Amino acid sequence: MNLSATDLCLTVDGVDHLKQVTATFVPGRLHTVIGRTMAGKTTLLRVLAGLQAVDSGALTREGADFLKTPVWRRDTAMVYQQFINYPHLNVFDNVAFPLRRAGLSRNEIRRRVISSLARVGLADFERRKPSQLSGGQQQRVALARALARGTGILLLDEPLANLDYKLREQLRDEFRTLFSDQGDTVVIYTTTEPAEAMMLGDVVLVMHEGQILQIGSPQEVFERPATTTVASIINDPPMNIFTGRIESGQVTVAGFQATHVSAHLADLPDGVYQFGLRATDVSLASAGVEGEVTFVEISGSETFVHAAVGETPFVIQIEGIHDVALGDLVKLRLRPERLFAFDEEGSLVRTPSYDLAPVEGR
Amino acid sequence: MTQLDIVDVGHSYTPGSEEERWALKPLGLTFEAGKTYALVGPSGCGKTTLLNILSGLVRPSQGQVLFDGADVTALPTKARNIAQVFQFPVIYQSMTVYENLAFPLQCRRWDKARIDAKVHQVAEALDLDDRLRQPARRLTADDKQLISLGRGLVRDDVAAVLMDEPLTVIDPQLKHSLRRKIREITEQFRPTVIYVTHDQYEAMSIAQEVLVMKDGRAMQQGTPEQLFEAPSSTYVGYFIGSPAMNFLTVDRTHGNVTLGGRALAMAWDIPQSTSESQVGIRPEYVEVVTEPGPNTFPARLRDVRDHGPQRVFEMEVAGQLIRAKVPRENGIPALEEFLVHLPRAKALPYADGRLVLHS
Repeated sequence: MNLSATDLCLTVDGVDHLKQVTATFVPGRLHTVIGRTMAGKTTLLRVLAGLQAVDSGALTREGADFLKTPVWRRDTAMVYQQFINYPHLNVFDNVAFPLRRAGLSRNEIRRRVISSLARVGLADFERRKPSQLSGGQQQRVALARALARGTGILLLDEPLANLDYKLREQLRDEFRTLFSDQGDTVVIYTTTEPAEAMMLGDVVLVMHEGQILQIGSPQEVFERPATTTVASIINDPPMNIFTGRIESGQVTVAGFQATHVSAHLADLPDGVYQFGLRATDVSLASAGVEGEVTFVEISGSETFVHAAVGETPFVIQIEGIHDVALGDLVKLRLRPERLFAFDEEGSLVRTPSYDLAPVEGR
Repeated sequence: MTQLDIVDVGHSYTPGSEEERWALKPLGLTFEAGKTYALVGPSGCGKTTLLNILSGLVRPSQGQVLFDGADVTALPTKARNIAQVFQFPVIYQSMTVYENLAFPLQCRRWDKARIDAKVHQVAEALDLDDRLRQPARRLTADDKQLISLGRGLVRDDVAAVLMDEPLTVIDPQLKHSLRRKIREITEQFRPTVIYVTHDQYEAMSIAQEVLVMKDGRAMQQGTPEQLFEAPSSTYVGYFIGSPAMNFLTVDRTHGNVTLGGRALAMAWDIPQSTSESQVGIRPEYVEVVTEPGPNTFPARLRDVRDHGPQRVFEMEVAGQLIRAKVPRENGIPALEEFLVHLPRAKALPYADGRLVLHS
C-alpha cells in the first residue's frame, strides 16, 4: 500500500509551496520530513490528508488516484503541532471520540482506547480532563487518538515543537519505540530538528522552499548531503559553509592560513569551491585565526559559540557548558581532514574520508 | 540598575496552611545589579510567584524585599520603578514604534532632545530604527516583544527588568533570534534582569546566573557552567543537560566504594553515614575504552541513538543504565560487551540525592 507523490505543485500568491514533489512513502517505515519553517512540510501533509488541493501532480495509493479520494475515505490520522483535545471530554472519551463516530462496538472501542493509551504511557489517566494534564501528556492524548483509529496513514506535524526540551527529549525516545513496529501504516513525521529526524527516521526527506532536496537513510543524508542547503538543514547548528580555493596542493580560505590539501580532496582539480565544516569540526584553540564572538548559545549539554572571522561567520560546538563572553576574541582551528567540498553551485563533490567507510548497522 | 534582595521571603496563597504546602518556601536571595538571572523550573515550581513578589504584584506572606537596601515590600508595582515584559506583548496599538518607546520618557517629563537621542539609541540596539514611524500594531509578535523590552531600557533609572516567559507566543524559528537579541541588549545596557522561563535552553543562553526551582524551593543557583559541572542534586543533574546526567547506585564495603563489585574512585569521598550513595557523571564524560584500567567497568550496549555529530550509547553497567555521548567518528563498538571508563575527576559523589560537598 505505497503512497506515491509525483510532481506535486502548489503555488500561492506567486510563492511555491510545493514544487515538483516526488516521493514514495512505504508502509511500516517512518519517514521524517525535515526542513525549516515554511519549507512546505505542513502543506505536504495537508495535501496527503486531503485538506489542501494542488495545482498539478499526481498522488496514488496502490495505483488508485488518491487526489480523487475524499478526505473521509483517505484512512488518515493527523497529529498537530498544537495539541488539540476536546476540553469537555475526559482522556478516555477524547481517544474514543473518532471510534464512536466510526460506529465501532463498545468492546472494540474499549479495547482500542486502553491499548493506545498504554502505548503512549497514559494507562492510568482515563478519567482525567485535558486541563489536568501537562503539555506533554496532552500531546500524548492526541497521539493516542490517532493511533487508536488504526489508520493506514499516520501524519505527525512537528508534534514536539511546542514542548520544552526535557519533554521533547523524553517523547523523542518514546516515539522511537512507539513507531518501531508500525505494521502496515505509512508514518510521516515532520520536524525542524536534525536530531529528531536522524533518530526517528527510517527515511529522511529534506525539504526546502517547497522542494524535496534529498531522500535517503539518516546516515546517507547526514554523511553525504547532496547540496550546501541540505548540509545546512541536516546539521544543528547548521554546517559552516564558506568559499575557498584549491590550488597547487593547498586549500586557502579567506582569513585562514593555507593548509596542505588533505587526502580526500587531493585529486580535485584546482579551482573555487564551497567548503562545509560541521560545528564540531571547528575548535577553539590557543593558536589559530582570530575571530570575534558574536553570540553564545547553550543547547542541552553543548555550547555553540558564534564567531566572525572577518566577514565570515562560524559556529563552533563545544561539549559541555562554558562561559564565553560576547565580544571576546577567540582563536579558531579548522580540521582540514573534515572538510566537505561542494562546487560553486553548491552540489556535493567530496565528503571527508572517514565518512566513506561503509555505514555500520545498529 | 539596582541590587534586589529577598530576605526570608515565603508565600502561601492560602493563609494559614502549613509551610510544606506554600507556593514559595521561605528563602533568601541576592540579585546583583547589572546581571541577568533566569528562574527556571516546571510549572508550579514557584518561579512566577517569586517574580510577582519582586514586581509587587504579590505581597509575600513573610519576609522583605529590598531594592538597593531599601525595603519595598509594602510598595505597589508602580512605586518600584521596574519594567515588565509579559508573555504577550503589551504595546500601545495606536502609537508608532517611536511613540511607544518615547512614552515612558514623556511621562517622566524628559526634554525632547534627550528623548529623541535615547529612543534612537535603544531602537538601533533593537534593530527597529528603520521602522520607528510605523504603527506598532503592524509589527510581528517578536518585534512587539522587543518594543516591550525597549520601553524598559529607555529609562536609565529603571531598577530592574522583569520578564515572564517572553518567548511563549513567538514562533519557534524566531525564538532563536529573539533570544539572541535579548542577550545582546542586556549585555549592552546591563540592567538587572530577572527572566522567568520553563525552558532550560532559554535560561542558559540568556542568563549569567540560573536559579533552578522545584516545588517552591530554590534547588540551585549558579552559572550555567556550575549547574552543568556540579549539580547540587540529582534533580538538577536530570533537569540541566541533554541527555540527563547519569546516576548509578554504588556499594560501600569496608569504606571502599564499589560498582558491580569493582572499585570506583570518585572525585572526593562520600561520608560513611549515608544511606544511599550514588555516583553522578555526565554522558559527555563517560568514555568507551578497550583496555582495562582504574575506574573501568564492563558494559553491555543496549541501544544507539543517532544525534548526528554524536551518538548516544545506552549501556548497562552493573545492571544499571548509563549513557555515553560519543563523537560520530569514534564509530560503534563491534562487540556487544566492552568497557567504560568513568574519569575520577568527573565522577561526583551523591548521598541521598544531594551532591556531597567537597571538604
